[in-house]
Amino acid sequence: MSITPQLQKPAQPPVATKRGATLERKHARIGWVFLAPFAIVFLVFLVLPLVYAFWMSLHTNTLAAGEKFAGLANYFAAFKDQRFLSGMARVGAFALVFVPLQIGLALLFALILDEVKTRLSRFSRLLIFAPYAIPGVIGALMWGFLYSPSFGPLVSFFDFLNVQAPDMLSRDSIFWSLTNIVTWQWTGYYMIIIYASLQSIDSSIYEAALIDGASKLQTALQIKVPIIASSLVLTIVFALIGTLQFFTEPQVLAPLAGNAIDAAYTPNLYAYNLAFSYQQFNYASAISFALGLMVFLASIIFLVTTRKKSGLR
Amino acid sequence: MTTSPVRLLDNATATDPQKKTGNTGTRRRGKSLGLHILLAAVSLYFLLPMWWLIVAGTKSTQGLFAGTGGPLWFDRNFALFDNIAQLATYNNGIYLRWLGNSFLYAIAGGVGATILAVLAGYAFAKYRFRGRAVSFMILLASVMVPATALVIPTYVLFNNLGLTNTIWAVILPSLLSPFGVYLMRVYVQDAIPDELLDAARVDGSGELRTFATIALPLMRPAVVTVLLLSVVGGWNNYFLPLAMISDPTLLPVTVGLNAWQVQSNSATANSLIWNLVTSGSLISVIPLIIAFLMLQKYWQGGLSVGSLK
Repeated sequence: MSITPQLQKPAQPPVATKRGATLERKHARIGWVFLAPFAIVFLVFLVLPLVYAFWMSLHTNTLAAGEKFAGLANYFAAFKDQRFLSGMARVGAFALVFVPLQIGLALLFALILDEVKTRLSRFSRLLIFAPYAIPGVIGALMWGFLYSPSFGPLVSFFDFLNVQAPDMLSRDSIFWSLTNIVTWQWTGYYMIIIYASLQSIDSSIYEAALIDGASKLQTALQIKVPIIASSLVLTIVFALIGTLQFFTEPQVLAPLAGNAIDAAYTPNLYAYNLAFSYQQFNYASAISFALGLMVFLASIIFLVTTRKKSGLR
Repeated sequence: MTTSPVRLLDNATATDPQKKTGNTGTRRRGKSLGLHILLAAVSLYFLLPMWWLIVAGTKSTQGLFAGTGGPLWFDRNFALFDNIAQLATYNNGIYLRWLGNSFLYAIAGGVGATILAVLAGYAFAKYRFRGRAVSFMILLASVMVPATALVIPTYVLFNNLGLTNTIWAVILPSLLSPFGVYLMRVYVQDAIPDELLDAARVDGSGELRTFATIALPLMRPAVVTVLLLSVVGGWNNYFLPLAMISDPTLLPVTVGLNAWQVQSNSATANSLIWNLVTSGSLISVIPLIIAFLMLQKYWQGGLSVGSLK
């Protein structure tokens, strides 16, 4: 957008409007030229699959009757399907645990790193972030080994204490074992986002607080945290989206964990297994569309309710 | 927040000398000792699995189960080179194919997604075209669409076109990066003044030339960040290739290694390849760790660009 036409407007309205209009029209065309490649990919690989998933979810496909319109029958079935509902409840519980844990730790580490600037703290920053560079599959494989009673260090550690080692891959403990993996994998990523916005705060604010006699803790909680609220909201939304579509870690651990992780452990895992193990693509589409809609609504509701506080638009 | 991303990138790389002044005094030092102990403990936790992987990568399957040094130390039998040799030859060297596929998917998808994001972000930031506001709203909303909701319908569409089990089934969907566009737009808006582009136009430079010679060089930090994020996303991608690819020679290394894990877990003694799972995992994480170490100043500042607006 050029500034000149706007500046000229009050002085010579007719000329400026004419020139502005041609420029605007030219800009409109060029803007779309730049946008077009992305727009095409967006339509083909986002809009089209979504529309198609919705269309599939409204149909059933049986050998006897073929593809048939079924209205919302798949959705009614899903919301009566115990396996889908318990998977939804499980990712809901995961979200309640993962999101506060990851973001809380990330914020704590970022505040500490913002406070102490030594070689150790720079090294810690790298180490805490490093798991982000490791694929989720490899992370889950590694923790699977570490948890394993035949490979892992846990068993020798508890032997040393003369205590029966807990089975990290049992039905009772798998929830916390997965929580640990995800926390290890993602906390550093969120920490870096929060840390970078802490770094951008103008340090003269702290001097004012120091003169007013604020302690370091008060400065952190009452000055730093409110200023970086928008990054916190962003990281929470990312963590929420990631958790609700939880898939890789339970999928990788399932063969190791015996009966602790079933085919419907999370809704995403359920949709995958319905589609690729049982060829029920229509029902799987309904499940993943319903899940996607819930992720979308949860993010939007969270963004809207925190909008005033965070200043995020 | 009004801080520009440019300043942010500077700040993340160089420590602010003004901030340091507050950190002196004995009381401070006593407190920061506690913080240092906490940091050391936390670092140990984040290091532990990676240390385990380094050690495990050097062991034979026998050493993994009953090594002389326990799970967290090297075995007497240092088998790293045997493992690498076995990786290169097992199943006609399929591991090397997997690594090559991962490179192809990550680079092709990442570079493509970055080019699209650069062009689209520039358009949103610098042109008032019709439908801009609505398009951007749709883009923002699409960041909230979970990627996995797209995989199953995309699979069925590709299957109808005979595209599943080809490299395109992984590369084409990876070109979509709404978040990359968002990051580019935010960055361009603050880092490239309109006056600069207008000056170039007055000098007779066409729109494309202005973009390529004036804007693009200034966008470099954001380009590197978006490229890094998309390449990492492609390298780590699991769900998409898992669904799309069943031909073992087209798998990326993530899916391949997990297949080896499943095989070893349910296998008879002579197809136990736990040593290949661990050494293969170790080798597969090295490229990204190197990339992150080399590009530190970009991701440390650049990751936060999107949270500022």
